[in-house]
Amino acid sequence: MRDDLKPELAPKLAVELGLKPDEYEKVVAILGRTPSLTELYMYSLMWSEHCSYKHSRKALRMFPTEGDHVLQGPGENAGVIGVGDGWALAFKMESHNHPSAIEPYQGAATGVGGIIRDIFTMGARPIASLNSLRFGTLDKPRQRYLFEGAVAGIGGYGNCLGVPTVGGEVYFDEAYEGNCLINAMSLGLMREENLTSATASGAGNLVLLIGSTTGRDGIGGASTLASQEFDEKAEDKRPSVQVGDPFEEKLLIEACLELLDEKLLVGLGDLGAAGLTSSASEMASRGGVGLDIDVTKIPAREDAMKPFEFMVSESQERMLAVLVPENLDAAQAVCEKWGLRSTVIGTVTDTGRFVVREGDEIVADMPAATLAHDAPIYDPAKTRPAYLDEVQAFDPTMLDHPDGEDALGDVLLALLASPNICSRRWIWQQYDHQVMLNTVVLPGGDAAVLRIGDTGRGAMTTRGVAVSSDCNGRYCYLDPYVGAQIAFAEAARNVVCSGGHPAAITDCLNFGNPEKPEVFWTFHESVRGLSDACRAFGVPVISGNVSFYNESFGSPIYPTPTVGMVGVLDDVSKHCTMSFKSEGDVIFLLGETENEIGGSEYLKLTHGIVSGRPPVLDLDLEQAVQATVLDAIEAGIARSAHDCSEGGLAVTLAECCIAGGLGADIHLEDDLPAYASLFSESQSRIVVTTTPDDAERLVALAIAYEIPYTVLGTVGGESLSFEGVAGLTLANLRRAWEPALEKALAAE
Amino acid sequence: MRFGVVIFPGSNCEQDVIHAANTLGYEAEFVWHGSTDLSGFDAIVLPGGFSYGDYIRCGAVARFSPVMAEVIRFAGRGGPVLGICNGFQILAEAHLLPGALLRNRGLKFICREATLKVEPSICQWLDEPAGTLLRIPINHNEGNYICDEETLARLNGNGQVVLRYCEPDGTRADGGSAPNGALDDIAGICNERGNVFGLMPHPERVVDPAVGGTDGAAIFTAIARRLAEVV
Repeated sequence: MRDDLKPELAPKLAVELGLKPDEYEKVVAILGRTPSLTELYMYSLMWSEHCSYKHSRKALRMFPTEGDHVLQGPGENAGVIGVGDGWALAFKMESHNHPSAIEPYQGAATGVGGIIRDIFTMGARPIASLNSLRFGTLDKPRQRYLFEGAVAGIGGYGNCLGVPTVGGEVYFDEAYEGNCLINAMSLGLMREENLTSATASGAGNLVLLIGSTTGRDGIGGASTLASQEFDEKAEDKRPSVQVGDPFEEKLLIEACLELLDEKLLVGLGDLGAAGLTSSASEMASRGGVGLDIDVTKIPAREDAMKPFEFMVSESQERMLAVLVPENLDAAQAVCEKWGLRSTVIGTVTDTGRFVVREGDEIVADMPAATLAHDAPIYDPAKTRPAYLDEVQAFDPTMLDHPDGEDALGDVLLALLASPNICSRRWIWQQYDHQVMLNTVVLPGGDAAVLRIGDTGRGAMTTRGVAVSSDCNGRYCYLDPYVGAQIAFAEAARNVVCSGGHPAAITDCLNFGNPEKPEVFWTFHESVRGLSDACRAFGVPVISGNVSFYNESFGSPIYPTPTVGMVGVLDDVSKHCTMSFKSEGDVIFLLGETENEIGGSEYLKLTHGIVSGRPPVLDLDLEQAVQATVLDAIEAGIARSAHDCSEGGLAVTLAECCIAGGLGADIHLEDDLPAYASLFSESQSRIVVTTTPDDAERLVALAIAYEIPYTVLGTVGGESLSFEGVAGLTLANLRRAWEPALEKALAAE
Repeated sequence: MRFGVVIFPGSNCEQDVIHAANTLGYEAEFVWHGSTDLSGFDAIVLPGGFSYGDYIRCGAVARFSPVMAEVIRFAGRGGPVLGICNGFQILAEAHLLPGALLRNRGLKFICREATLKVEPSICQWLDEPAGTLLRIPINHNEGNYICDEETLARLNGNGQVVLRYCEPDGTRADGGSAPNGALDDIAGICNERGNVFGLMPHPERVVDPAVGGTDGAAIFTAIARRLAEVV
């Protein structure tokens, strides 16, 4: 055992590496001695917030994670649900916020690479990606740079892989100025019997490292980036950002799926945060085995790398496989066919110990499970933030509000041109959203809809999957419990408007520093809200990710618990879209509008304020509205469906008009002030159209589900006109909405 | 009718071409880039993707794959060869087609539907009447076709320009209608014999009506019809 760390220096280095003094003491207690340099690095990374979830783990136990269709819940690289006839979907969302805030192209690109590896590690072929992005406002050059770089990085990586990027969302708000959010979600498809676990087992089995060489890039990415706040030294951390090679990843996908198909592997894991240390120790602890790894066997990208550097490097595009010795030749032949390096770097042992050696000399020797499982679990203090009383007491209806046809029309045009609402075409035209030929609904709709099948390779099905990611951070800032529930409800609503039955979610919980009681309270409330919504809907959380320390200069981002919702369609040909379809169709509003402009895009736009209470969410009503729409879509009654969200009913109707190239005549019969009728962001509302003949059938459904409904008017003409309130031509609507993002980016 | 669809490392549209061919009732099979045997195939397709990561120059490495020598011989015998997107770039690098494909004007990847006008051409892969409009998506970062003036004159004079980008109504804008900035709005060209066809748009994406449209089918059915006549 190499004794390369003086007992008096070890505690100091431990602190530098991010371990707290009592955490260091725990390491010493586990080992019964001073750790070696390599051991200290390995523990510090595995016990970092990013790898250990030490601050969030207890709260996350609130999530319901089970269901009849759940084949794999949280705990593996991704969750998996069965979708019928032996097909299964693996999916997960993950953050890559901190790297992207420093180097947006590579940060976002490697975020995509990491989440895709999580998917094919499960044995699934990646079939779709989504991304959820948050930046500061685009009037700042730095924010334009981050946004353009992140979009280019997502496209640059995903396009090369041939995995379509089919959806997502983006918001711009000052709260994200110092700390952008890049949350990447990916879905994969497999046959149930191909479900694979990242587990090492069988003493004497071989550990095979597949893919890229290992360098010093990304050393400490998880601990130095993801587990700290940003300050003026952020730029110095650029070398900690990994660099992606999507071509290598494409080869890895094909090779790994072939290795799994041919049943050549015992287990497969990917090297993500904390590199080999994390993937090897997690695989060993799942299998209750030990590992013996020789770093001199690892193909190095640079000279004179130290053992600890090999063990914690975050060089991208590497996979770790465990296999029986008899399969080695066949497995290496598959790797070679795909032009991939594969190297035996160690063996599985029955000692339960993770041994790292440099040739003959042992440089680390510890119980494998302690790395992955013995990190301290904290119960952080939580305090309701002081600002909440002030914002929640604010009554935005007391402000001056625009009135009259011209003023309200101008607000609608301004909302349509808001970067938070306008067309996302500038983004999704940079993404290959069609490859694999499963994209039934192109980007720009409520949810992405894909058909399920091994298109071009094997069996096809009539089933489909609808996916949406959502979170309005302003609502979460004003009330984290309600805001998180609305994130869930809106994601479900989007899936439902496309015809999907919500089946399961993944989440990416983006928050500030959990060691601050006020931040942790918002985290805890969000998790509680999300859990309660999941239980009410019977929709489990099957995977997810927590990203803390999203702060800059001491100020946290809005609490942003992003929800990635996956729904299933039994018959994908029955999917629904938002566009108005035919002149004369009847326009219904299901649900009810209240004067709820707290936290709305309208309030921010007209008064520059993010305050008040977020809209109320009644989970029973939400479920009933969604059930009505699903029934209407499946019965073929609904010709279009689109949910009301940012910008309210007026924006929803404008989007339906623009998408369909048809106008509408609307009569607003509520007794609210006009600004509220048009722009309130009341929840649980969906605009549905039917043919005149089917209108009564929709009414019957609404009555059966006991939900409020209104006939708003009819589809037709060249204008969207709200009788006596406002009216705008389709051309005007489109002129505001379509090029707004390009215009915002062109501003100098 | 049996298509061979070549897989280079980094190809990613090979399964889409297979699906398109199957949808139209044709047989189609993968051909590994290391293979040197194209026997049994009536036509060869080089699919889209990022062969070898497109790291040096699109198609610059793939043209040296073992299969390419055989593709060149196959084309030399008059065998029909289709290069889609990255496949077009590879055909240009292999000198089976003239010219080169530069980065898009605007320097951004573009994935969207394009309107294409069928030109009067000698291409064996298309027999829609000249002037027909086809809506087929493009999906590339390097689709900005360029060649010297002499080559352009020859392409135009020989009827080797097969498809041009145009506006949705079929007109061509003064400043050019190619979203990628391609010379003379060129979207697809063929060789002097008409059997080798390269285009940037992805016809295989618009064959199955469940996922977009059917305007791409014309390209696969044209060659199948022609081969059936020859036999």
